[in-house]
Amino acid sequence: MNTFRIGGVHPHDNKVYSAHQSISECPLPQKAIIPLVQHIGAPAQPVVEKGQKVKVGELLAKAGGFVSANVHAPFSGTITKIDATTDAWGMRMPAIFMDVEGDEWVETIDRSDAIKRDCPLEAKEIVDKIAVAGIVGLGGACFPTHVKLLPPPGKKAEVLIVNGVECEPYLTCDHQLMLEHGEEIIIGIQILMKALGINRAIIGIEKNKPDAIDYMKQLAAKALGIEVKPLKLKYPQGGEKQLIDACIGRQVPSGALPIEVGAVVDNVATIYAVYEAVQKNKPLISRVMTVTGKSLSKPGNYSVRFGTPLSDVVALAGGVPEDTGKIIGGGPMMGRAMNNIDMPANKRVSGLLFLPENESRRAEVENCIRCAKCVSACPMGLEPYLLSKQAALGMWDEMEKHSIMDCIECGCCMFTCPSHRPLLDYVRMGKAKVGGIIRARQAAQKK
Amino acid sequence: MNLVLISLAVLGVTGLVAAVLLYFVAQKFKVEEDPRIDEVQEALPGANCGGCGFAGCRALAEACVKADTLDGLFCPVGGAPTMQKVGEILGKAAVAAEPKVAVVRCNGTCEARPRTSEYDGVHSCQIMHNLYVGETACAFGCLGCGDCVAACQFGAIRIDENTGLPVVDDEKCTACGKCAKACPRNIIELRNKGPKNRRMVVECVNKDKGAIARKACLNACIGCGKCQKVCPFEAITVENNLAYIDFTKCRLCRKCEAECPTGAIHAVNFPPRKPAEPAAAKPATPVQPAAAPVAKTIAEPTPVEQPKQEEAKA
Repeated sequence: MNTFRIGGVHPHDNKVYSAHQSISECPLPQKAIIPLVQHIGAPAQPVVEKGQKVKVGELLAKAGGFVSANVHAPFSGTITKIDATTDAWGMRMPAIFMDVEGDEWVETIDRSDAIKRDCPLEAKEIVDKIAVAGIVGLGGACFPTHVKLLPPPGKKAEVLIVNGVECEPYLTCDHQLMLEHGEEIIIGIQILMKALGINRAIIGIEKNKPDAIDYMKQLAAKALGIEVKPLKLKYPQGGEKQLIDACIGRQVPSGALPIEVGAVVDNVATIYAVYEAVQKNKPLISRVMTVTGKSLSKPGNYSVRFGTPLSDVVALAGGVPEDTGKIIGGGPMMGRAMNNIDMPANKRVSGLLFLPENESRRAEVENCIRCAKCVSACPMGLEPYLLSKQAALGMWDEMEKHSIMDCIECGCCMFTCPSHRPLLDYVRMGKAKVGGIIRARQAAQKK
Repeated sequence: MNLVLISLAVLGVTGLVAAVLLYFVAQKFKVEEDPRIDEVQEALPGANCGGCGFAGCRALAEACVKADTLDGLFCPVGGAPTMQKVGEILGKAAVAAEPKVAVVRCNGTCEARPRTSEYDGVHSCQIMHNLYVGETACAFGCLGCGDCVAACQFGAIRIDENTGLPVVDDEKCTACGKCAKACPRNIIELRNKGPKNRRMVVECVNKDKGAIARKACLNACIGCGKCQKVCPFEAITVENNLAYIDFTKCRLCRKCEAECPTGAIHAVNFPPRKPAEPAAAKPATPVQPAAAPVAKTIAEPTPVEQPKQEEAKA
């Protein structure tokens, strides 16, 4: 059984709370707030006006650039205003506010459950359809998917790697999606293979999901060129570069994109969205998210339309448990504690995790004992102890030389540190700083 | 005895030979340098703070000697007297510059800004700013971890325990600008010290709309524009829901201070207003122990809905 070569850690997976809970629909809210920034890149530009009536699936905002994504109406109703709202971390972001009235869909969307297998479209038409549907990577980074499907000139994709790893502890939404919508995912993979002009795809699944491995293997046997690869348990196997290494044994060079080694990586949730967009004309207006925690009364996997207040989803899962210390947006390794659960669900939020008070506190920070555990754990081969020190001292040039931009912010260094040093906090801050310096330099060079 | 003599002789001769060698080598490879650079460096304070924009005092001294005029070369630490001295050494006219001081543009005290979350991460403004809005709902205000205090080489900033905000000591502040650079939210600005250290400052940088700003902080500037209207010198501009006083135009009439409904405009180092209006001229908390008391007009607080306390803690 394969896995990636460098670093990695083994956190307890804690998936038992929400695993095998079938996906249930979250009821429609009264009022919805649809953020315009649900992806990496430029904010989407609104194309609707105050007072306008919209149907489900209608375009609300156009992509604001090449790396950007369309935003569609997840509800039918009236637009009340276009204003700023507060995100999960208290910062302001632009959004469209609407009153939800009924559930009327755009006629072109096929809402039946019937599985549509054949796709007569050409490669370019498929990519266009994906771009129009506003699909972004639902694994966490939210990079617009159509951009990945258009390799830069001179580069050729050879293999599509499908990310069914879900290495984050606690999260189970991708697992459940594979069990319930495996057939659609296989069709989605075939559509993407056609769009990329390739005939090989590998689905990587960690071995803690044996039922998903068996089911996908069974389905893949009927399809041509699709292979299921069971992988050893190791965090962060779901990282793009780690998954490529685990599946095809190629290492993406520092600073390069996966296309450099001929791979395109997409999450199973993204592929399901591709199926719905191409075969059913359904834009990306909802996603499956895991709401989980040790003391939560009804942990599970919920299909939530974007714009639904997260507090509604929490109520559905049984309300905030009394002993909650922190609510994490995403998984425990990469997610961040939130201070506003009224914020709307969006493409970015893959899960909500309620950590009890006793588990959520940080341990006391002690001195670095130079054990180099963080160096062995770093899946990108960096030196977190050094980078964190440099960030604290503001040595941005040195950080750039030590490849800070390769950091994937997986948190392995901090997880493994016996002195509980806040390595990731410093590294993340330094990465943001150095990234800003690099962008400023590139902008200056262009002029 | 012999041994001692021999060793003394050997060491002595070696030392002598080395000294002669070094002398000639030093003569041969002598670097010609303007002796005035040393003189100028001597006159500079030697803090090496970089406030002048050069790498250190030596670099500024070199620049001063090389430059034709002292235009644009200014040591914020030593100020005008130091530049006068430098000008005398070099025989160039020193450019007079208004003395400046670092000003903290946030008055979101603990009472005015209710806490909405609890932060247990690294005690650093920069890191907290990267993670989220901070412990209060204001996305622009002071985070209170004291990155500015750590950056100051002159001990001129401290965090006030009561307000949770940084306080600048006018006497010690040299306006080197390190604190302004260290602040991730650009709250600290270098402003003219003003006559008798008196100055008018909008102590807020919140660009949110009035209602939102007010909900996050009772002392926030809500961009109502009253101060702009009342200002007889057109020194105040309101942009992005935030007032800004141009210190080059302000003539310290204090009209804006009385007009501000939230008390975001502060008159610093003024004597308290006439004792006839005790309610209006209530001296604020002792912001600067060494300086004169700060006058602050507190307007009638309008009923504001308190931001909801979230169960979540960051």
